[in-house]
Amino acid sequence: MFVPGNNPGMMADAHIYGPDSIMLDLEDSVTMAEKDAARLLVHNALKSIDFGGTEMVVRINPLSTPYGKKDVEAVVKAGVDVIRMPKTETADEVRELEAEIVKVETELGCVGRTLIMAAIESALGVVNAFEIATASKRMMGIALGAEDYSANLKTQRTPGGAELLLARETIVVAARAAGIACFDTVYSNLDDMDTFRKEVELIKTLGFDGKSIINPRQIEVVNEVFAPSQKAIDKALRIIAAIKEAQAKGSGVIAVNGKMVDRPVVIRAERTIALAIASGILSQEEAL
Amino acid sequence: MRHSKIVTLEEAIRKSGLQDGMTISFHHHFRGGDKVVNLVVAKLAEMGFKNLHLAASSLSDVHAPLIEHIKNGVITKISTSGLRGELANEISHGLLKEPVVFRSHGGRGSAIASGELHIDVAFLGASSCDELGNASGCPRSENAKSICGSLGYALPDARYADHVVILTDDLVAYPNVPKSISACDVESVVVVDSVGDSAKISSGAIRDSKNPRDILLAKQAAKVIINSGYFKEGFSIQTGTGGASLAAVKYIRESMIEQGIHASFALGGITAHMVKLHEEGLIGRLVDVQSFDKVAAESIAKDQLHQEVSAVEYASADHVGSAVHALDIVILSALEVDVDFNVNVLVGSDGIIRGAVGGHPDTAEDSALSIVVCPLLRGRIPCVVPKVTTLITPGKCVDVVVTEYGIAVNPGRPEIAERLLAAGLKVVDIHDLAAKAGSIIGEPDPLPFGDRVVGLVIDRHGNLLDEIHNIVD
Repeated sequence: MFVPGNNPGMMADAHIYGPDSIMLDLEDSVTMAEKDAARLLVHNALKSIDFGGTEMVVRINPLSTPYGKKDVEAVVKAGVDVIRMPKTETADEVRELEAEIVKVETELGCVGRTLIMAAIESALGVVNAFEIATASKRMMGIALGAEDYSANLKTQRTPGGAELLLARETIVVAARAAGIACFDTVYSNLDDMDTFRKEVELIKTLGFDGKSIINPRQIEVVNEVFAPSQKAIDKALRIIAAIKEAQAKGSGVIAVNGKMVDRPVVIRAERTIALAIASGILSQEEAL
Repeated sequence: MRHSKIVTLEEAIRKSGLQDGMTISFHHHFRGGDKVVNLVVAKLAEMGFKNLHLAASSLSDVHAPLIEHIKNGVITKISTSGLRGELANEISHGLLKEPVVFRSHGGRGSAIASGELHIDVAFLGASSCDELGNASGCPRSENAKSICGSLGYALPDARYADHVVILTDDLVAYPNVPKSISACDVESVVVVDSVGDSAKISSGAIRDSKNPRDILLAKQAAKVIINSGYFKEGFSIQTGTGGASLAAVKYIRESMIEQGIHASFALGGITAHMVKLHEEGLIGRLVDVQSFDKVAAESIAKDQLHQEVSAVEYASADHVGSAVHALDIVILSALEVDVDFNVNVLVGSDGIIRGAVGGHPDTAEDSALSIVVCPLLRGRIPCVVPKVTTLITPGKCVDVVVTEYGIAVNPGRPEIAERLLAAGLKVVDIHDLAAKAGSIIGEPDPLPFGDRVVGLVIDRHGNLLDEIHNIVD
């Protein structure tokens, strides 16, 4: 969930709505005049607010601006989990960010702590998606930024999202090939929850791991769409139990309800359980 | 018409026999749009009255002109349920020599009925009235302009005051039926240009809150109700008008439809949300002491099963027939809740009076399940605190406190805590909530209260509950 980096009230409250990840924004939601103040605010928020264990991401300004490197220093020092790099077009940009992170982490004695998420927001970025996704071991995910991307394509956003189809599929494929996560772009009309739901359904079908959101009211819809059905959860739990049982017996062949369970089935079952936990319909204890 | 009671305001006042030092009363059904209090008190000032006791069912921002009348000695004592705005600010700083007496709506009704609060002359605004004094809050002609629906808070005044003057801006043909106030209780009728500003009396259509925190609180409150053990066929409910309360109705409605559960009645201030559920067949009857919006006011005018009740019938502790005794569930708000579940709805965390007792203690005490919904923090102000600034509803009457950081259940209701835990809700210790608020905000400086008592909180049984001291800048 995006939270403006210049709004202390929203930052302090964000975690109570239960997003999987909070993304404090230093880039587009902060005006030029407020860049320094917001950086200081985000630094102190990361250090002093109890976010209840939620994953903390900060979207920094591009390294090509006067703010980017200062942003990296401030948020790495504050212990951020993930830095989101905006408008990523090449693998070199990721490596440049990594070098900046390493500089600060070396000073702190915690090299390797900070992960990177790259936002792809242009045609060039889409073309280079796999190289970007594999540019660093710190890469945890790639995400689509649709506003800049559609402007770059010389088109505009439509409710059906036809203009984003190639970018979305490319990003999912690149992320899967690289073994990292992928996240879809925001949907900004808060008064049209029906179209939002359709978009979440679409991107789930395409294979995305989640969706960026801009308001807590969108959390429930994303969770509902991504939540597996009770039937699917029960089946996944049976498969995992069968595997454990087979492992205990030293048996190589696993069957559930008379059907052979092969590797893709196991992977899908594990993902179902992970989604059920993320959606809040299954507890960690129940999954064990 | 023979025996017409129509007179000018000045004639009505003279006829009433009002003397210096007596008690005059008003209702607050016109809310922020009320023109009656200011109009009447200005006339009393002009006529040279002094030392009057103003006993209103509530007062709000619009009554700031009373400040001058207090300074001039026209009004020297006030009894009310609430105070807001500049008048409240001045009184909090010691404007009145005598403390303001705060009572709940049920407490005021009981005090009037028992004679403890004796009213000499009641000045009651009405949306429609005939020449003999049959008065109503409902529109009865095309000229109706100040519509408030129920006149519940005015009914004890009409019944028990020595002398009753109706002020109306819509004189209609006799008989004005159905009536709320009977001509038999009315001595004079005064026709004025306007008794209220309709835009400020009530809002129009249903507006669902889009505030994510309200929605979160509402969902939690709805889950508490649904899993409390009281959510079953024939239950009864009252909710407030805050964003979270209104939004909670939406989620309760969904569960009612899903589980095929119907409510027998909804009580209290009736809103468009409740009218909708009633019209959908989900709530059998609406028991209305105050119609909060236009939809509710229109409904009470046309629907037999949407009935007006007086403040006594609504919430009196002394009358076992009062509706709160049959109430199962109430959702309430709070300015502050403390670790003993005590609630303050009257005095702000800055020590300034900025609210109303309302029906809070009445419904909290007599309902089977009272739920207080309140954010942990409002900006930088903590709402769950070690000790409330002013005690309005004692903790023993409050069963559950819902915040965005978790749900606290009164240790006196362990069975409810068990049910909520079993439903997977986040039940926490209220001390942890107060500590959480403290950890985010820090410890506020103590308020600079002075030695003078500016307010007395009288509980619904007639006993002194708390004192409010003046605030020193």
